[in-house]
Amino acid sequence: MNMIANINTAMNAAAPARFDVEQVRAEFPILTQTVRGKPFTFLDSAASAQKPRPVIEAMVRAMETQYANVHRGLHWMSERTSDAYENVRDDVARLLNAPSRDEVVFTRNATEAFNLVAYSYGSLLQPGQAVVISEMEHHANLVPWQMLRDRRGIELRVAPITDAGELDLDAFEALLMDGRVGLVSITHMSNVLGTYTPVARIASLAHAHGAKVMFDGSQATVHRKVDVQAIGADFYTFTGHKLYGPTGVGILWGRAELLAAMPPMMGGGDMIESVSFERSTWTHAPQKFEAGTPAILEVIGLGAAIRFVERIGYDAMAAHELSLVDHAMARLSAIEGLKIMGSAQDRGGVISFTLEGAHAHDIATLLDQQGIAVRAGQHCAEPLMHRLGVHSTTRASFGVYTNEAEIDRLADTLERVRTFFA
Amino acid sequence: MSASATFDELRDLYQRVILERGRSPRHGRRLAAFDAAARGDNPACGDRCAVFVRRDAGQVAEVGFEARGCAICIASADLMAETVIGLSRTEANGRAEGLRRLVRVGHTTDTTLAALQPLSGVHEYPSRAKCAMLPWDALLAALAEGEPS
Repeated sequence: MNMIANINTAMNAAAPARFDVEQVRAEFPILTQTVRGKPFTFLDSAASAQKPRPVIEAMVRAMETQYANVHRGLHWMSERTSDAYENVRDDVARLLNAPSRDEVVFTRNATEAFNLVAYSYGSLLQPGQAVVISEMEHHANLVPWQMLRDRRGIELRVAPITDAGELDLDAFEALLMDGRVGLVSITHMSNVLGTYTPVARIASLAHAHGAKVMFDGSQATVHRKVDVQAIGADFYTFTGHKLYGPTGVGILWGRAELLAAMPPMMGGGDMIESVSFERSTWTHAPQKFEAGTPAILEVIGLGAAIRFVERIGYDAMAAHELSLVDHAMARLSAIEGLKIMGSAQDRGGVISFTLEGAHAHDIATLLDQQGIAVRAGQHCAEPLMHRLGVHSTTRASFGVYTNEAEIDRLADTLERVRTFFA
Repeated sequence: MSASATFDELRDLYQRVILERGRSPRHGRRLAAFDAAARGDNPACGDRCAVFVRRDAGQVAEVGFEARGCAICIASADLMAETVIGLSRTEANGRAEGLRRLVRVGHTTDTTLAALQPLSGVHEYPSRAKCAMLPWDALLAALAEGEPS
């Protein structure tokens, strides 16, 4: 493969670790595929990332050599599987620098984590209290709060973003001023604009006005080292499949005292202390929130994914992302009629754009014809589309395996798309 | 070699008529007088198509539309506005079903679908079928609304 050989020039300052994108690519079997006779150029990692061999092998190995239900059997195989499953709680706690493994709840995805907090923590909020989100939230961090609002008489407030696509911190703070806000729930990195939000500042403002704070780390955990203690988060969520792990497993991290006070969302096996026909009592967190047989294999796969990104190293991944974004911004902004959404100072490997005269769908189909996978549409962020004054955009997003040649292929093809529809 | 020639593989999908109609539709307007209208939305992509119908003696006499959408969606709406003239609601339904099959399998022997043949290339791109059908779904909703069932 004829790819760039030396990405290190851009990252020497930031990362002493050696990072060779071609070595990383070699760990992702799917990247050798061709699509429509062209090299598979995957620029849709923000929707779901590809899987490295260690993740694939961990899941296969579990099924072939070490599998039974967890937390139940008194037999050897169940105990070993329970160990493998529970060890991933430690992996997640380490990844997020969480104070305790018991603060790590396995969910199906980030969407379930939001719903869990909205339902469970939301039940502790009083009518008249408010939840604050931002204008650039994924529907997963909007709709559960609307449901809470309608169920519990909670007010839902929306913090605006600036024209640059950054959170308007003054307007955000103004929403907190009356002291009625019980919870702030905001993205750590926009899935449309690529904007990183100032999470530590958001948390300190929220806390200063008596609110707890939850962050959507679905995009951020892919690129940056997250330290929930340094940030001052109360809840943090991410999803496994964007972090090179399998689908079907997500994470809710929450402070121990908050999880302890929260009622369970779902009832069933594994979450109880004692059960009779008259009444049941709940076990402690995190099991309290994990009713039923969990996604055992997926959790084991997530553990392998976490160890994979730790081996690559966040310093190296962040530096790689930065150099890709610089390259992509330079190439894309040189295309006539192409408009990049947002101009945040701190932005990452998610770039949405419009191209004059061409609809996002048509762009995506023409790119697909060249083997290039992007996302087109509203990106589960319809209100943000309204804020940006567009109906749909095309989005290119990068992963640890993305290289400059792929971005060049995208830019070259977009030039041809422009001519095609001119 | 012209730049667009590099997309030769897409000529089946983006035939000249699709590109032209997508760019400059002939019927892309709200009718001055109409007796049925409905809107189709595709929440996944933000596309939207409002269809206006004027009827005469139970048959479609005139169709106009306002759409924001891709070339496939707008071209499909524009071709629809011509091919459903003179049809009853039942016949329009049949024409829509015919197109639904055409964009799924890519060919048809049904001569009433001749004007819609340029949309046959959609069958290679299943995710684009709903782009082609959005105006038709709006039309059928308008006709259902505007007529006692």
